[in-house]
Amino acid sequence: MEAGAGPTARERRARLGLLACAALAFAAALASLAIGPVTIPVEHVLTILWRAVGGSVAGPEIGLRESVVVLDIRLPRTLLGLMVGAATATAGAMMQGIFRNPLADPGLIGVSSGAALAAVLWIVLAAPLAAALPAAIGEFGLPASAFAGALMVTMVLHVVATRDGRTSVATLLFAGIAFGAMAGAGTGILVFMASDQQLRDLTFWTMGSLGGATWAKIAAAAPFVLVLLALAPLLARAFDALALGEAAAFHVGIDVERAKRLAIAGVAAGAGAAVAAAGVIGFVGLVVPHLLRLLIGPGHRLLLPASALAGGALLLGADLVARTIAAPAELPLGIVTAAIGAPFFLWLLLRRRAELFG
Amino acid sequence: MANTIYNSLKLVFLLCVTILPHEYIRAAEVAPVEMVDSAGRHIAVKDTSRVVAIGGSITEILYALGLEDRIVAVDTTSVFPPQALKDKPDVGYMRALSAEGVLALGPSLVLAMEGSGPPTTINVLQQASVPFVSVPEGHDAAGVVAKIRFVAHAMGVDEKGDALARAVAEDFAALAAMRERIEQPRGALFVMSMGGGSPMVGGQGTGADAAFKLAGVTNVMSAITGYKPAVGEAVLAVEPYAIVKMGRGGSADDAILQLPAFAMTPAARDKRLIPIDGAYLLGFGPRTPQAARDLAAAIYPELDLPKLPERPWTKAQGAAP
Repeated sequence: MEAGAGPTARERRARLGLLACAALAFAAALASLAIGPVTIPVEHVLTILWRAVGGSVAGPEIGLRESVVVLDIRLPRTLLGLMVGAATATAGAMMQGIFRNPLADPGLIGVSSGAALAAVLWIVLAAPLAAALPAAIGEFGLPASAFAGALMVTMVLHVVATRDGRTSVATLLFAGIAFGAMAGAGTGILVFMASDQQLRDLTFWTMGSLGGATWAKIAAAAPFVLVLLALAPLLARAFDALALGEAAAFHVGIDVERAKRLAIAGVAAGAGAAVAAAGVIGFVGLVVPHLLRLLIGPGHRLLLPASALAGGALLLGADLVARTIAAPAELPLGIVTAAIGAPFFLWLLLRRRAELFG
Repeated sequence: MANTIYNSLKLVFLLCVTILPHEYIRAAEVAPVEMVDSAGRHIAVKDTSRVVAIGGSITEILYALGLEDRIVAVDTTSVFPPQALKDKPDVGYMRALSAEGVLALGPSLVLAMEGSGPPTTINVLQQASVPFVSVPEGHDAAGVVAKIRFVAHAMGVDEKGDALARAVAEDFAALAAMRERIEQPRGALFVMSMGGGSPMVGGQGTGADAAFKLAGVTNVMSAITGYKPAVGEAVLAVEPYAIVKMGRGGSADDAILQLPAFAMTPAARDKRLIPIDGAYLLGFGPRTPQAARDLAAAIYPELDLPKLPERPWTKAQGAAP
């Protein structure tokens, strides 16, 4: 920690970084609202939005279709994208803080593997039955099942890794790997049992998409994402102290076990809700905090909110590519985030190696 | 060693079968049928008493030909007639076959739809001593009729096959006459499933696209190839007159009309959601003209399209004449 070394310059740079992230998220949201397979002039989009919040403007005459596209399709999609991106990136930053490992992401505590297993279970076994259920259950069955799966697996891993009230981060990590393999086997069995149509459904689900965005889904996911986003700043000091090691953190008065418990619960809820709403979207949780740490430094007080903003921006940008590049078909979102994220991550790695060993 | 001898004997036999004059073979007790299958392989079929049928339309054709007693097993896509899967053992899904599973029932012939798999299993089956015939797929009138003739020929019942093929061709002709009456073709969207996110729709080159053509319906998603997820607002932009959904009705089907991407389409406004049985519409067997007519009748109700004549093979009882 170089808190005393050059506070003003460093602090100013970090604040600027945070502001830049906010501007980026805002710009991405506007772009996401304005661009899509249906061409709508930007001034129409702005007029539609302004009128939707109750403002009156003597603007152009706007067709019902344009306003439906903007308000019913693009706006929920944009909000869901912001939520999912923010939750995933914040959860990634928190995991990296807890594990003191830059490679950590929410997947480590079983969120993705648990959600994927439960989602595939739903698609293959339950969905055929759900055709007879009321429509609301049909729509929410998959996300609810994925969310429950994420929570359950995280809970099991936490119990496995906790002894005498102390959670061993190393055990959690290895148990997570073991459970990931088990979930993979379970998913494999279900893939084997699935029909063509189910295979297609589950393959595309595991590659993520914001296509299912509805106001109902946003309302269902929002509380969990907000819990995560509200929890993150409260734990910032604990994460900073943990960077020095668990013992050191304990000696500066951090309740390390409590911080771990809260972080794991928050990540499971927030990232679980994100996965449930949009499927598995890789690399956002890993790359965004990583990149921001280089830009604005390792202090979590700014890193966590910056991660949320940049995560939302990145996801919206990726979604913009996903829904325009092959329109009217939609490229799975996970493909885009991985295609952008992976080379970037590699570049980052090589650069850091030069810094560390060069 | 024994295997080598056996294989050379097999080769000699096959050579005899192909070289010997036709009359001579006729005189033999079993008259082998020689054919080239869709994989381009020359195959001599000599015993058709125990057949494994892989592919729903092959099973349908065999039942329509009255040859159900010769079927020893079917695959999971053989959902029509319903008694097929009830009465016969199931060798699994046509794209996930196991060589041993198919051969375990001691068939004398395997009739498999083109596109059965996985390729490694098909490779093993092609090299097994039991004739493995890959049946050419066809997604139009000529293709379906050819498929019927092909299966009948492989089974050595060309005459019965001819009768069935003629009847189905007649139905296709009647369907074509109905298409003539459509003045303004309407566009429909085929939704395979809602998946988790975006709707999975049928684009160009899919069975759904071919079925739409037979029904005189325009596929609004012809810009896509294959079954792919579609961007919500793109669905809105193409203004489908109707939405055709795989399934048998039920409330889960109605739910898709309430999704924002669908809610504003003409299809949703006028509640034109047409659930249709996947095997019926996309099976491309002897019932295809009826399926296409049903689809056309649902999309062009004002034309009052007449029902096609009821055929023995379109009834669920499925017994042949």
